[in-house]
Amino acid sequence: MSLPNKPLGELKAVRDPEVIEKEVDILIVGGGMAACGTAFEIKKWASDDISILLCDKAAMERSGAVAQGLSAINTYIGDNAIEDYVRMVRNDLMGIVREDLIYDLGRHVDDSVHLFEEWGLPIWKKSAEGKSIDGKAGLKLGTLKSGAAPVRTGKWQIMINGESYKRIVAEAAKKALGSDNILERVFIVELLNDKNDPKKIAGAVGFSTRENKVYIIKCKTMMVACGGAVNIYQPRSVGEGKGRAWYPVWNAGSTYTMALRAGAELSMMENRFTPARFKDGYGPVGAWFLLFKAHLENGLGENYAASDKAKAELQRYAPYGTAAITPTCLRNHLMLFEMKSGRGPIIMKTSTALQKLGQTMDKKELKHLESEAWEDFLDMTCGQANLWCATNTEPEKKDSEIMPTEPYLLGSHSGCCGIWVSGPDEAWVPESYKIKASNGKVYNRMTTVEGLFTAGDGIGCSGHKFSSGSHAEGRIVGKEMVRFVKDNPDRKPELKESKDELVNLVWKPVRLYLDNCAYTTAVDLNPNYAKPAGMALRLMKATNEYGGGTATYYQTSSKALDILIDDLLFMMHEDTDKLAAGDLHELMRCWEIYHRIYTVEAHVRHIRFRKETRYPGFYYQADFPGQDDANWFCFVNSSYDKATKEWTLKKQDYVKIIS
Amino acid sequence: MPSYVIAEKCDGCKGGDKTACMYICPNDLMVLDATEMKAYNQEPDACWECFSCVKICPSQAIEVRGYSDFVPLGSSIVPMMGTEDVMWTCKFRNGVVKRFKFPIRTTPEGAANEYAALKGKDLNSCLLSTEEAEGVTLPQPTQLA
Ligand SMILES: Cc1cc2nc3c(=O)[nH]c(=O)nc-3n(C[C@H](O)[C@H](O)[C@H](O)COP(=O)(O)OP(=O)(O)OC[C@H]3O[C@@H](n4cnc5c(N)ncnc54)[C@H](O)[C@@H]3O)c2cc1C
Ligand code: SF4
Ligand code: SF4
Repeated sequence: MSLPNKPLGELKAVRDPEVIEKEVDILIVGGGMAACGTAFEIKKWASDDISILLCDKAAMERSGAVAQGLSAINTYIGDNAIEDYVRMVRNDLMGIVREDLIYDLGRHVDDSVHLFEEWGLPIWKKSAEGKSIDGKAGLKLGTLKSGAAPVRTGKWQIMINGESYKRIVAEAAKKALGSDNILERVFIVELLNDKNDPKKIAGAVGFSTRENKVYIIKCKTMMVACGGAVNIYQPRSVGEGKGRAWYPVWNAGSTYTMALRAGAELSMMENRFTPARFKDGYGPVGAWFLLFKAHLENGLGENYAASDKAKAELQRYAPYGTAAITPTCLRNHLMLFEMKSGRGPIIMKTSTALQKLGQTMDKKELKHLESEAWEDFLDMTCGQANLWCATNTEPEKKDSEIMPTEPYLLGSHSGCCGIWVSGPDEAWVPESYKIKASNGKVYNRMTTVEGLFTAGDGIGCSGHKFSSGSHAEGRIVGKEMVRFVKDNPDRKPELKESKDELVNLVWKPVRLYLDNCAYTTAVDLNPNYAKPAGMALRLMKATNEYGGGTATYYQTSSKALDILIDDLLFMMHEDTDKLAAGDLHELMRCWEIYHRIYTVEAHVRHIRFRKETRYPGFYYQADFPGQDDANWFCFVNSSYDKATKEWTLKKQDYVKIIS
Repeated sequence: MPSYVIAEKCDGCKGGDKTACMYICPNDLMVLDATEMKAYNQEPDACWECFSCVKICPSQAIEVRGYSDFVPLGSSIVPMMGTEDVMWTCKFRNGVVKRFKFPIRTTPEGAANEYAALKGKDLNSCLLSTEEAEGVTLPQPTQLA
């Protein structure tokens, strides 16, 4: 006799969910910065007879990477030349980027920033005396649009009071799209191709994390913008602190996996991001470097980055390493060199920086400076502020340690992995960067699957868009999707899969659970299925040990990659058939794991294919150290065939557009 | 643990069918125990400590205790949300207390202009609706390789 089993969680899953079938012209998957841009823009172009639906797994008011707020807008062109923006991104990402996408973004991004300020986002201003004024008091100096000067930290970043950034942006998005056209708490699982032409998109399937409901949605065109991927590598923290990854723990690679499985080509998935941040709390360092002018020291108290040895090392990676701003990966590279040589830990000299600034300030100004330092955390990484409090860290008195994180995959921050998309249809854009639909027309930001678009973290080869650029890019896509619908009035999407097949797909983990949970006395321990929590750890252990995680200081090798891809991930794919969910929350976790596995597999397959180490400091391929421009100054693109389960990787030409 | 709910203060959002904390958590962590009518964090090791639930709770019933695997005990940071500002009280382990006030928005809630009446004209141009309305000319790259 077995004891009664009770699934964890309050929203129990039933065997037969209600099925909701919908058909719309345009589907928006995701509700983050990019999707909010799309939601704002799209109705400006759509006539009233065009139907639009947006699905977000969370509440738009606080979903995605900006949920907690941000303390800076990292892309604002202002008085700079857009060409310089392209050069900055190109240099940071070691030369291989899509300059068409970056230039295109650069000419629209400020318009989104101006809207944010109009909607109520407080943006810091610089007074005539050169002092920083916060976004509320600074309103007196006028808006950015009217010519007021922002507080620049670097050449491209501007400071904001951004606690409510996402709430403000989502408010405009929701009002513009209309709440009837938005489904929150709907997690999209899989994109569906057209029955009559598998190269076209025809819909998506997902479920509600609040009610036992499966959604089958047909559409003519779609944008998938579900952010990047986290928890694909073992985080440094092991217990409760697993939740405090730098990247928000709720973006699970859905963008890349769903597009890949729908047939879209991914690009530069070998790129990753392992930001060096305040250790454990992962609070932002940008303002500390740029605004407060703090420097790093190794364990011996040396300013290692300024040493002749460091300069010689950077010289090896010219022209990137010798540029005015050292690329993010190379800054990590120098740091790792110290750590591996036993000269860690790396310390940010917050005390020296603040004391130095304090020398020229009166008491009131000093108080303001202290407040600015804390705001940087409280507006976007509250947990770091709490860690300082718990460790009695007053930054003017006690320094803090810096540490590079576990790897994340993203395309809008200082990383550039993602999906291969079309550039704009303009004469200066090379033909090889344009993707034509079957009507012969080019649609900006369309993937290689007809009718499928992406934006923000979804687009590869063009990082450094950040919050503002992702929003602007979402707006570009909004307009293009309307154009696509208008150009294809007769398009009638049809699904290959039957309703039952789709419900079976989404609901499989629930049914497996219900069929087997009575067999043992403890629901989490059962030979007939695997709970997602265990599977998550299994994935992260494998990638950490073999795929260049923190365990090996980001180093991997051909042999290690073979074991990871051909053996460990292969079996993990098979075992995803055994994922089980007792409640709706757990069902979401099952699907997140599923998305994570494909995403990280794309990542390590790209690393295996690219026989060089393009991003030292982010990862090292031990069999091919150093850059090999003669053979590898190109993009790497990959695709996957759902039917045969085969991956195809290829080189794709890079074209230099900007001098 | 991240976010925890103080039993005495939580009233289950007065038995409404949608509690504020459950509505907002980006990671779907807050749930309501329907028998006790109290909320709890169902997966503390998946909490980003984003404070969204803390800030939205109408009863100030949610606080955060730092992650047990690296945060020493005894500190707290507590936000008070206003319509224009947020007030933070940060208590150090050693008793030091710091208070900060930061602006959060400069317009009333709900006032964001969605440009409901704005209609774009040329669907085939590369201009966004607001740019088109303002007569912006689309920049073209001039410093070509
Ligand atoms: C820690 C951190 C700090 C940052 N700091 C700054 C900064 O200071 N300044 C700056 O300008 N930018 C910053 N950025 C960058 C900025 O946040 C991103 O560029 C931007 O949010 C990307 O937009 P997105 O729409 O692609 O993704 P997100 O904004 O992350 O949105 C993803 C959306 O997809 C939804 N979703 C996910 N999976 C699914 C699914 N399966 N089904 C349905 N919906 C799903 C999510 O709920 C969310 O709504 C930072 C990013 C991070 C991670
Ligand atoms: S929002 Fe506050 S009062 Fe409402 S259920 Fe959650 S904890 Fe309880
Ligand atoms: S702090 Fe954020 S992630 Fe944690 S339970 Fe609250 S809303 Fe969810």
